[in-house]
Amino acid sequence: MARPPGRLATGYGSGLLHLVVNVGGLTVAGWVALRLADEPAAGRILLWFVGAAIAHDLVLFPLYSGADAGLRRLLRASGATTAPGRVRILNHIRVPALAAGLTFLIYLPGILGLGKVTYQAATGQHRQQLLGEWLTLVAVLFAVSGVVYAVRVGRRARHGD
Amino acid sequence: MFGLVLLIGLPIVIITGLLDYAAYGPQFGQALPRDVGWLRPPPFEWPTRPDWLFRVSQGLHVILGIVLVPVVLAKLWSVIPKLFAWPPVRSTAQLLERLSLLLLVGGILFQIATGLLNVQYAYLFGFDFYTAHYFGGWVFIAAFVSHVALKLPRMISALRSRPFLAELRQGPDDTRPEPPDPDGLVAPRPGPATVSRRGALTLVGGLSLLLGGLTVGQTTDGPLRRTALLMPRGRQPGTGPNGFPVNRSAAAAGVTQERTGPGWRLTLAAAGRTVTLDRQQLLALPQHTATLPIACVEGWSTRQTWTGVRLRDLAAIAGAGEPASALVRSLERAGLFNQAQLQSNQILGPDSLLALKVNGVDLALDHGYPARVIVPALPGVHCTKWVATIDFRTTAGG
Ligand code: HEM
Repeated sequence: MARPPGRLATGYGSGLLHLVVNVGGLTVAGWVALRLADEPAAGRILLWFVGAAIAHDLVLFPLYSGADAGLRRLLRASGATTAPGRVRILNHIRVPALAAGLTFLIYLPGILGLGKVTYQAATGQHRQQLLGEWLTLVAVLFAVSGVVYAVRVGRRARHGD
Repeated sequence: MFGLVLLIGLPIVIITGLLDYAAYGPQFGQALPRDVGWLRPPPFEWPTRPDWLFRVSQGLHVILGIVLVPVVLAKLWSVIPKLFAWPPVRSTAQLLERLSLLLLVGGILFQIATGLLNVQYAYLFGFDFYTAHYFGGWVFIAAFVSHVALKLPRMISALRSRPFLAELRQGPDDTRPEPPDPDGLVAPRPGPATVSRRGALTLVGGLSLLLGGLTVGQTTDGPLRRTALLMPRGRQPGTGPNGFPVNRSAAAAGVTQERTGPGWRLTLAAAGRTVTLDRQQLLALPQHTATLPIACVEGWSTRQTWTGVRLRDLAAIAGAGEPASALVRSLERAGLFNQAQLQSNQILGPDSLLALKVNGVDLALDHGYPARVIVPALPGVHCTKWVATIDFRTTAGG
């Protein structure tokens, strides 16, 4: 990037390597798209792919940043300290909440008991919903975080300030 | 930093994914999807040693794929300002780059979503998993290679530019925002820090460990399996010698007691000749016992002690000598995996068995009674259950 811009750079906007590498990657994708175009479910595959591309930025990000902003407003309203040097409760809620959200997302089919028929065909067992297991996990995560918070507050109080 | 972890971790996921394809025996046209054109790994004969090869490679694919999810999300979070860059496209170069990024981000999340739904038996997407995950994998691989080729120098200079270890010792109150960067990813008016850099890395690492801890159990036997608390293979379905997990129940395969009872015969074929054996005759042949793992393409695995007749002995009985391949067919009439072709090394290996017993007792119907194939390092779906015929071939190919 430190090289003086050549003819390509002014017309195209970057160097030759950039052009070659990007065109290479896009070619593979284009070839795959042509190959899959005749698939009966081609439209669905495309939909899921594009959905996946925006899932974090336009769905997950607004959700978790919104929840975080809400949490902070709530803490401020309830008079929780945000002062530097003090033990702040914010991260003791954020961390287990994030872990709860993430495990829910990853193990969603098991937690909600989806796909009962395939599950039974594969395992020979009835699919039980694992909601109880997940709720227990979340409760343990919050409890551990609460204990760590209490210990930190206690220690700070003992050491004065 | 997240970039560095992904730079090491994702190639392992990619390679183990391609190994899974190779393990199916694509040379026999039995890897799925079948017709992949030139987009395939170089052909080679899948080995039978070490016997844990497939257990580890596919176990790693699924576990690492899950463990990297928090890192992928953290990376996406850290580059979110890119989404709001304005104007969105300033040059042709930028247009291409944005398209490539769409493939990169869409590719990784598509692979994660389809993979996770597949291992949990929830085919919510309504398209063929193999086709989508295989070709989606290649779209991602191409985008990932482009991305690394262009961004590696930037990553190295970013890691070098700051006293990384010193920053890791800071608490939240000493944490200062980064200086403005050429990509405009640093917040222009950041709020006060609520998490230190060390804290952020610990958080993501901790979440990865949590997911790993909730998944590895599915590759173990004994009480540790329970730790895969939320996974379908997080418990032993039964007790006793046949209590280990099943991948396709006899009921689902349409295999009934009548077809596997005393009337059942094994038919061996080679060069136009056939030999038929009943179960008593098979039990009267020299028996071999081997303790071998069996690993499912869905990443879970188990290790059991199998007893039966060596496949090479059956080849000799059929008069096949040194067969180049063997087509094993199941009693199961429909189903994607009611037959599988074995390579020469998979027939001739000393631990390649037509198993009649497991852990000292007859196989349960769900585990393939009257007889099933067990070959070291072969994906579980190709260890055909309820075997009806074995057709030995002396020339390679279809
Ligand atoms: C970078 C991301 C990934 C890439 C590039 C990738 C690539 C691949 C490839 C090429 C295959 C072989 C497919 C075939 O034989 O047709 C495969 C198989 C598989 N992958 Fe992935 N994968 C990724 C992530 C994941 C994740 C996150 C999971 C699940 C948690 C997963 C689960 C699976 C499973 C279960 C199979 C076996 C399919 C079968 O043979 O039945 N993958 N992967």
